[in-house]
Amino acid sequence: MAKIKVCVLRTAGTNCDKETAFAFAKVGAAAQLAHINSLVSRKNSLDGYSILAFPGGFSYGDDIAAGKILANELRCKLTDELKKFVSAGKLIIGICNGFQVLVKSGLLPGGNGLKQEVTLAVNDSAKFEDRWVYLKGQGARGKKQVKCVWARNLPEVIYLPVAHGEGKFITKDKAVLSRLKKNNQVVFLYCDPSGRKALYPQNPNGSVEGIAGICDETGRILGLMPHPERHVSFLQHPARKKNENSTESDGLIIFRNGVEYAQRYL
Amino acid sequence: MMYRVEVQEKPGVFDAVGQGVKKDISDLGAYAVSGVRFVQVYLIEGGISEKDVRRISEDLLIDPVTQSYRIVNSPVSENKKRSKELVIEIAYNPGVMDPVEESTLKGIADLGLSGVTAVKTAKKYLIHGRISEAQLHTIAGKLLYNKLIQHIVRPLGRQAVRPTAEALGYDFKLITIDLLGTSDEGLLDISKKGQLFLNIHEMLRIKKYFKALGRNPTDCELETIAQTWSEHCYHKTFRGKINYTEAAKSSSRKVTRKIDNLLKSTIMKATKELGKPWCVSVFKDNAGIIRFDDKHNVCFKVETHNHPSALEPFGGANTGVGGVIRDCLGTGLGAKPILNTDVFCFGDPDLPFSQLPKGTLHPKRVMKGVVSGVRDYGNKMGIPTVNGSIHFHERFTGNPLVYCGTVGIMPKDKSFKQANTGDYIVVAGGRTGRDGIHGATFSSGELTHESETVSSGAVQIGNPIQEKKTMDVLLEARDRNLFSSITDCGAGGLSSAVGEMAAELGAEVYLEKVPLKYQGLTYTEMWISESQERMVMAVPKEKAQELLEAFKAENVEATIIGEFTGTKRLKLYYKGNNVCDIDMEFLHEGIPQLERKAEFSVLRHKEPKARCPKDLTGTLHKLLSHLDICSKEWVIRQYDHEVQGGSVLKPLTGILNDGPSDASICQPVLGSKKGVIVSNGINFRYSLIDPFWMAASVIDEALRQIIAVGGSLKEAAILDNFCWGNPDKPDRLGSLVRASYGCYMASKGFEVPFISGKDSLNNEFAVHGRSVSIPGTLLISAIAVMDDISKAITMYAKKPGNLVYIVGETFDEMGASHYFDLSGAIGNNVPKVNPAKARKIFDNLGRATAKGLISAMHDCSEGGLGVAAAEMAFSGGLGIELFLSEVPYKKPQADRNDFVLFSESNSRFIVEVEKKNQKKFEAQLKGLPFGLIGCVSERKTFRVYGLDNKICVNAEIGSLKKSWQQTLKW
Repeated sequence: MAKIKVCVLRTAGTNCDKETAFAFAKVGAAAQLAHINSLVSRKNSLDGYSILAFPGGFSYGDDIAAGKILANELRCKLTDELKKFVSAGKLIIGICNGFQVLVKSGLLPGGNGLKQEVTLAVNDSAKFEDRWVYLKGQGARGKKQVKCVWARNLPEVIYLPVAHGEGKFITKDKAVLSRLKKNNQVVFLYCDPSGRKALYPQNPNGSVEGIAGICDETGRILGLMPHPERHVSFLQHPARKKNENSTESDGLIIFRNGVEYAQRYL
Repeated sequence: MMYRVEVQEKPGVFDAVGQGVKKDISDLGAYAVSGVRFVQVYLIEGGISEKDVRRISEDLLIDPVTQSYRIVNSPVSENKKRSKELVIEIAYNPGVMDPVEESTLKGIADLGLSGVTAVKTAKKYLIHGRISEAQLHTIAGKLLYNKLIQHIVRPLGRQAVRPTAEALGYDFKLITIDLLGTSDEGLLDISKKGQLFLNIHEMLRIKKYFKALGRNPTDCELETIAQTWSEHCYHKTFRGKINYTEAAKSSSRKVTRKIDNLLKSTIMKATKELGKPWCVSVFKDNAGIIRFDDKHNVCFKVETHNHPSALEPFGGANTGVGGVIRDCLGTGLGAKPILNTDVFCFGDPDLPFSQLPKGTLHPKRVMKGVVSGVRDYGNKMGIPTVNGSIHFHERFTGNPLVYCGTVGIMPKDKSFKQANTGDYIVVAGGRTGRDGIHGATFSSGELTHESETVSSGAVQIGNPIQEKKTMDVLLEARDRNLFSSITDCGAGGLSSAVGEMAAELGAEVYLEKVPLKYQGLTYTEMWISESQERMVMAVPKEKAQELLEAFKAENVEATIIGEFTGTKRLKLYYKGNNVCDIDMEFLHEGIPQLERKAEFSVLRHKEPKARCPKDLTGTLHKLLSHLDICSKEWVIRQYDHEVQGGSVLKPLTGILNDGPSDASICQPVLGSKKGVIVSNGINFRYSLIDPFWMAASVIDEALRQIIAVGGSLKEAAILDNFCWGNPDKPDRLGSLVRASYGCYMASKGFEVPFISGKDSLNNEFAVHGRSVSIPGTLLISAIAVMDDISKAITMYAKKPGNLVYIVGETFDEMGASHYFDLSGAIGNNVPKVNPAKARKIFDNLGRATAKGLISAMHDCSEGGLGVAAAEMAFSGGLGIELFLSEVPYKKPQADRNDFVLFSESNSRFIVEVEKKNQKKFEAQLKGLPFGLIGCVSERKTFRVYGLDNKICVNAEIGSLKKSWQQTLKW
């Protein structure tokens, strides 16, 4: 079987591209790094790819606001390609800065054109912070109905690092928040080690209801602040612990979900 | 047309920036501020309509979920008297790069709008509370701006976005300096007024050279020579002649020695004698290179950026990090940076403002600025900051120390470079501006209270994204073999970069081709400007087109500015006018060797007389709260230490990931079992007694940290970084010489070579002629290759019932200990090192780790056994019981619990071992000094039984942790 092709999009200031590509390669995909200029100039196209990844970093220095300038560039230069990509049923993942880009370009939560309805604001601590957090996923093993294809087969509580200064999830209004919940678009919540609601620092940024990641209405576009690519091997775990409930490290399961879905359906 | 857009959080949205400023103001104390709101200001200039500006604001400048904007005509109005809300606005000074401008212009261009010519930003603060206008300005001066790069916007109506000075053109005029007809006194005057920092012998040598040519030098020639011969670039102290006198201990006899090149006769000598085959390139390139695996080498460089950080902490540290990263990019044919390490020394962050010397920033502000600068650059470059330490002493108030280090990895066959005749000289990355003129010479002099005005040109802020995108292309171009040599453009600018690369060949440069940030620079400014984020390459002519296209494809500017000629002369032209023509040999070899006097005698201090307290619990709390020892979590969390995915042993560890790791381990090649360990040793306090033993001690410390995390010294190397006072003063230089001998002794004894180093001298701060030197401070940074990263060991207690050992001997070595420092004493018995004995301990502990016999291990250093064991306990959330009578202790005087518990003797470790491994572990250490001193317990108490078997410390681990965490919990 041909390998699933993943486009890891990079631009000035992207800095988690290589380890994100490594994570995809580890689950059998063929991941390629592509500079946004090559897409904008049409030297390269999204057509051949099944998965598009927006990795972490500081695109364009996070000047103005995190992810803002890249989001603006996508809206101005690549809207048609992205719409085509999404409507072909293909997958997108945005991690950290990538999540900020997806949110500010309106690709997430989607469903209302490309209008921005949620944001990732400056952390309540007003500081960049790097720490490991516990997350409760909608895809805990055993649950049959999991909206987000990236979030299946996960342990009840997973453990990933966050590293950001602007990650506080806020919705435009209460209606958007209830819509997200009703549609099952909330994918990850910050929690304590036993899966209960968490306060700072376990909720590292003050996100509303502890929301750490959301998906679009199809469940195929995922954005999250924590870094799954930083926990694809037990060597990256702070105590170098292997996962007790799973054969794989927490982050790797997320990448495997995406690639397996693409293999099956695309 | 100029538009002013103000963006702020909508009502009801939490304003994190404003809240942060409010907290900082309340930390200053004595100001009745009830609220702060932050407003981001954009000044947009160009031929566009207000409708366009609305579109820019709505689509680009605001976050529609949380923010609103308004277009305002008048910038700032006078604050009304008795108003409850005061307004203050801060903007960058003309000529200071505003990093937001370039990306905002890009965003506007993406929107399809043309006509915008400039964007500048400003920060506006709305401050609520009962404070006066004068208080507001005091607060602003302390917190919100630095006059070297920023100013308070005056309410004067509309201001031009671009300062008019920049818009001026430049009319060429060749400037020559009359040396031939100038007296000795006049020569010194030229040196001083021109900030050349050249002494009379050097000025006379230059005069002689030009006399033979029958002409005077141009300003550009003189500047080039001054830069090349500066202490910063040439290290003339270490390479000069020294007449050294050492007062022998306990007699009036004096030992004298003539030293020709201190570096070659100590540090480089040790490396040469050790002759390690895995050392690939030492003391030659921008960083030292050692072997990593069959395919890769790693390089390591540590730099200092002290003077710029004293004046503008954010910018100084920012560009310090940027500079050392470029050192790695400019090593061999370019190494990919894989980690950063940062070590700082500051004054007391709680110093009352009334005691702050004139012309200095408050230590707390310096620290916050430095940390932000490192955070900004390191995080944005995507390089994990994995290791560091922070130390405090009053003598760092006027002259803080900021050490920045970077490790890089490169394919084996990219470790060497060779520019060839006919290669183009290409400059890539940022543009050249008037920033950072005279940085190299400035850092070669002492700081004074006037430095902030005289040398303000030396201060810059960085643009990490510029460097990141330049790096991305460089590494790709390296792999496509598009250039034959590369170096960074750091101190001394193009003058230094081209001068060094062309030393053997000669070069011609056409200065009008250098891309400028703005017009108005003279040819000399173009040549010596230290604008950041620039790299210089030697590019074979047939590869030039491909190289330039590779840069263009990712929006990085790269320009051919000249070529390597083979004439062994440095020739510079500006629009056809020859502005510099000198021999490379004279430039690089012509400097008269310096001859200096150095004197050293061991300083005697009062030996404290206090008796040992019965209960040492309170003392342990105080030590844990000591600024040098306390938790640095507030700093560490702000650094991304996991980007690139290779972090194996993180700077914070423990059941709650908040304990102090001894060293860090990274996996530079994802998926490989191999790793690199980095650690550092620093303890300026020992140099208050004897710099020889300081050097040996910090080498021991850096190396034992490698052992503590499970590494070995098989392929370990070290870097030296000397920060000292003015070497013209014999006592300062004597102490430097003494430390260098310590380096030689320990490097040879441990059989661990130096591979690179750096010195920063003249770290003194003069107020009205009275000069305060920093304590001579040596940072040793260590790097070791680890074969199997899964064998990494952490420092926190793992399991109740496990045994606790101390390995290594404890002596009555309380001199310059933190325990003595609690009572303001220094003492005399400085810790010593026996490297041969220590190496045996290190090697056997390494074997014990490899066999899996060790559950946890912690380096025993600042605060001794007491602090190390307490840290293990509370980081693991478990209790520990210790018996001091079991500690191997050499006692010259009466038994003292405090000395055993808090002595900082070297080469010691606290080790946790499971009972089932007891025999094997003890067998491994047979013949070496160790003691089974206690065990891990389920009870959450830390309890120490004294030499008389009575309890001398008894504390809840939670309360100890609190003491350790509270000091720097900002």
